[in-house]
Amino acid sequence: MTAPNASPTPARHRRRVQRLGYAFLTLAAVATVAPIVLVVAHIVVQGAPAISLAFLTEMPRAGMRQGGVLPAILGTFWLTLGTGALAVPLGIGAATYLAEYAPESRWTRAIRVALINLAGIPSVVYGLFGLGLFVLFLQFGTSLLAGSLTLSLMTLPVIISTAEEALRAVPNSFRVVSISLGGTRWQTVRRIVLPQALPGILTGVILGLERAAGETAPILFTAASFFLPRLPQSVFDPTMALPYHLFVISTQVPEMPVRLQYGTALVLLAFVLGMNLLATLIRSRARARRTW
Amino acid sequence: MPAANWREFLITQLVRASGYSAILIVALIFFFLVRESSPALSQADPASLFGARWYPIEGHFSLWPLLGGSLVVTLGAALIALPFGLATAVYIAEVAPRWAREILKPLVEILGGLPSVLLGFLGFLVLAPLVRTTLAIPTGLTAFTGALLLAGISIPTIVSISEDALDAVPRTYREAALALGATPWQTIWRVTVPAARSGIVTAVMLGLGRAVGETMTVMMVTGNAPVLPTGPAALFSPVRTMTATIAAEMGEVARGSTHYHVLFLIGLVLFLLSLVVNLIASSAVLRARRRAERLLS
Repeated sequence: MTAPNASPTPARHRRRVQRLGYAFLTLAAVATVAPIVLVVAHIVVQGAPAISLAFLTEMPRAGMRQGGVLPAILGTFWLTLGTGALAVPLGIGAATYLAEYAPESRWTRAIRVALINLAGIPSVVYGLFGLGLFVLFLQFGTSLLAGSLTLSLMTLPVIISTAEEALRAVPNSFRVVSISLGGTRWQTVRRIVLPQALPGILTGVILGLERAAGETAPILFTAASFFLPRLPQSVFDPTMALPYHLFVISTQVPEMPVRLQYGTALVLLAFVLGMNLLATLIRSRARARRTW
Repeated sequence: MPAANWREFLITQLVRASGYSAILIVALIFFFLVRESSPALSQADPASLFGARWYPIEGHFSLWPLLGGSLVVTLGAALIALPFGLATAVYIAEVAPRWAREILKPLVEILGGLPSVLLGFLGFLVLAPLVRTTLAIPTGLTAFTGALLLAGISIPTIVSISEDALDAVPRTYREAALALGATPWQTIWRVTVPAARSGIVTAVMLGLGRAVGETMTVMMVTGNAPVLPTGPAALFSPVRTMTATIAAEMGEVARGSTHYHVLFLIGLVLFLLSLVVNLIASSAVLRARRRAERLLS
């Protein structure tokens, strides 16, 4: 008596389970990324009609219901630049310390724990801290300066961790050769290790600044202004910014034309995706050129 | 060359100082949060701090409704993000052909880079009306809407860290399982995923940590009603999270008022919460690494 055909053999059963399981995983992955494509496509399609030269280069008019978003674009640009001005040197310095100088000690571990925690602190708490330290205690007021400083602290852990990874990826033989030729530690770092790690560091910097450019909560009480009739004149002036502007016109302004909301969303998306693309390009070019 | 020595010394100190700045910043943040929030404990009536209402105009400063709101939204997000995030990570690491991986990974990365205000904007304009009509409830601005979007925000973290953990599982584990006759499917769930368990737990914790701290998205789509959630029904009604409360009210309070200090107190609670989550998550990674070293040596 052979087994009846109705109950499949264990092997066939297992193959069927596997095929079903793989199909299920594929489906879940597609279900996860499909909304991302939809979100980007939706904003591009809905936002494109609003984009014109005037929209990008004019001041808002009529309670922001007409005109352009120039001050928001410039504000985000200046904030991002200001963030980089502090976060990049400090971040690369800290990464250099961790990758090239730091001994395996309790203090080094403490730095790592501090970095892990910095990376996890909610952005709105950075905003509170910026309000307490920069705006009130140091009396910078609600300003480009206070906002940039707040954002740079938030960006720091991203820059440090990617830069450290890039530095550690440089083969040790490079350092050994430089030292054995009489180079000091700093000469080795500056002339050999940093240049080799530069593309990786740059990628991390751009990804960190991309995050800063899109953030709203940290600038809410440190830099952002609802509406400004003119562009900021100094670093002590408040500024408009794209993410905050989008928040304002989509929730705080009654009878705001949806077209302009989508237009602003598209400009913000382009800003962020543009930086993302730049980082990806740098990374893949560096990978192709790398000789080690 | 004493000049060169001096330079070397100076630069070394500068580099070391920037390394230690991380500790200084965490300490400063903690100090300022404590400094600005401690008056709340003496000014606000303790009965109101531990009451059941958040209604600052009448002096009701209970954090419970806000904690509850954050909890409901985050748990909702976890229920959605966990299966999808884990399945995506397993698919990318173990199943996907190369071309699919090359498409999926950048897409997940893009999701991680989308500004939260952008997701909040679409949630407010598109998702909330959709939730309202499909579920036939009075408003689409609910904890559920927030949870859906927060799931999206935590998925990139969950996927990338779990994928790293799965990649780190030694090849020999899989080969041993396959040699013993297990199918690839059995190998994934009985060998690879259990071996990457601690990394996956870390991924989930960090992902949810991001969800708890998310501000703009939840402020825009959860309806901002600070009510104490009492049951599962709370998921489909408006809530108010801790982060949204700070963001929505800090702009309007008088500096130095009780309300102002209580908002800093919420910030301190969030800070300590993320501290605990991150310390546990990172110690899980360390412990797993030590265990792996022991096993492989």
